[in-house]
Amino acid sequence: MQSQDLIPSLFRTEYSKIVAVLSSYFGLDQMEMAEDIASETFLQATENWPYKGIPENPAAWLYTVAKNKAKNQLHRNHLFQEKISPELKHSEVNAASFEIDLSPKNISDSQLQMLFAISHPILSEKAQISLALQILCGFSIDEIADGLLSTKEAVSKNLQRAREKLRSERVKLVFPDAIDLPGRLNVVLRTLYLLFNEGYYSESHKDLIRKDLCIEAMNLAYLLLKNKSTNTQDTNALMSLMCFQASRLDARLSANGELILYPDQNEELWDTALIEKGFYYLQQASQWKTASKYYLEASIAYWHTIKNDTPEKWESIVKLYDLLLQIEDNEIAAMNRIFALSKAKGKTVALAELQSKSFKKNLFYYLLLSDLLLEKDKKAEALEKAMDYAKNDKERQFLEVKMNALTTS
Amino acid sequence: MKEFILIFRHENATGKVSPEQMQQWMQMQKEWVDGIAAQNKFIGGTGLLFDNAKVVHHDKTVSNGPFGEIKETLGGYVMVRAESAEEAAEFAKGTPILMGEGNTVEVRAILVH
Repeated sequence: MQSQDLIPSLFRTEYSKIVAVLSSYFGLDQMEMAEDIASETFLQATENWPYKGIPENPAAWLYTVAKNKAKNQLHRNHLFQEKISPELKHSEVNAASFEIDLSPKNISDSQLQMLFAISHPILSEKAQISLALQILCGFSIDEIADGLLSTKEAVSKNLQRAREKLRSERVKLVFPDAIDLPGRLNVVLRTLYLLFNEGYYSESHKDLIRKDLCIEAMNLAYLLLKNKSTNTQDTNALMSLMCFQASRLDARLSANGELILYPDQNEELWDTALIEKGFYYLQQASQWKTASKYYLEASIAYWHTIKNDTPEKWESIVKLYDLLLQIEDNEIAAMNRIFALSKAKGKTVALAELQSKSFKKNLFYYLLLSDLLLEKDKKAEALEKAMDYAKNDKERQFLEVKMNALTTS
Repeated sequence: MKEFILIFRHENATGKVSPEQMQQWMQMQKEWVDGIAAQNKFIGGTGLLFDNAKVVHHDKTVSNGPFGEIKETLGGYVMVRAESAEEAAEFAKGTPILMGEGNTVEVRAILVH
């Protein structure tokens, strides 16, 4: 670990662990107390380490300090008698000998419970993502606002409302029981999927933040994979999908931050380690004999990691999109299917398909239309229509480059 | 060689500190301390937190604090060896605490006899 970012990197990994474990003792309604203790623990490190030197195992040092602070806090607030003791009344534990368990197992259990609590169906998707970033990923309000392209005030208000809701609905930090688990896990996976996409598709100018969102979503998915009852096909498939997508993170933006579409990407910038990981999780997911939405999406993403255009590749992708569209009606997927169809069966077939369906007209629609049309002025006409739907300079610039390439060809 | 205590006083020590700010402060303070230690003139020191802080008053009542009632708070101290108060004051100039406007370092000789 580089000593010049020791505290920020410890903060990213350890702050949320301390908060999750302490909240599991104090109760979710006392989460602010857990957060205060975690913050004070870091403050104590900065007031101690300059004089005493940086400890050999900084994380263990933080845990010891956090434990002691938590014990003191429990004594002071008589919380121990009211909250912890009743649950422990059959064991011989009292406040003095009471120990807070910061073992790796209890840390990941607590983080999982926290993940289920903040991905609670009573919360909006935006609130779930913001809470995950704040509580489980240790992001500051500023960083969340940057990552979600929102303002500090809006994020802060959103978080406050979400926390109030968790309290008023008395959401508990528990692992869902076997009957509820599949449904609750679905919501958790969707939260992670959205979190990842926020990073992947975000127009935030801060490259690092976008990447961090993707990495954090993958870290949380990893937490689910480590637990037997949440290591499902969907979890493996989602992880696989995220690995494949993330492998192209560096290739899909130019040095100036312009979007580079898949066919134009330099595959030497693809991260092969992540592609291998994605393939591993896809294999894991294929042990289950059904084909879920995430599994199909991961399989499509897998084919995209093979740069060579073979008929087999695009025919497989078309088939996978067919299956995916049976599960959910999704216009983007339907248009992506038509793009794949043009590669497999030619532009004329794909164009007929596009025109036979009533898609909502947007930038992507006209971009696809322009690609499928054969005559130059019709292509240009479609690109001009696409321009009407450009939302920002980046998109306008992207279309202008396309237009220039077309007129000079 | 005499012994001196350098007492850090902060103005408005409250407010949220980001991990990056913590890092910056810690690193600079550590480099400062290490510089004095390299001359074998560092005796000891520590930062001080507000956890569990108490004030005991003249009538022996104990209150939590000091919160609110004062503008300046004690943030920590280090003890150094130096030939003179001037040398000790030279040391004091190097601490990042002085980057905060309104913060001061008080230099006092420790009585040995």
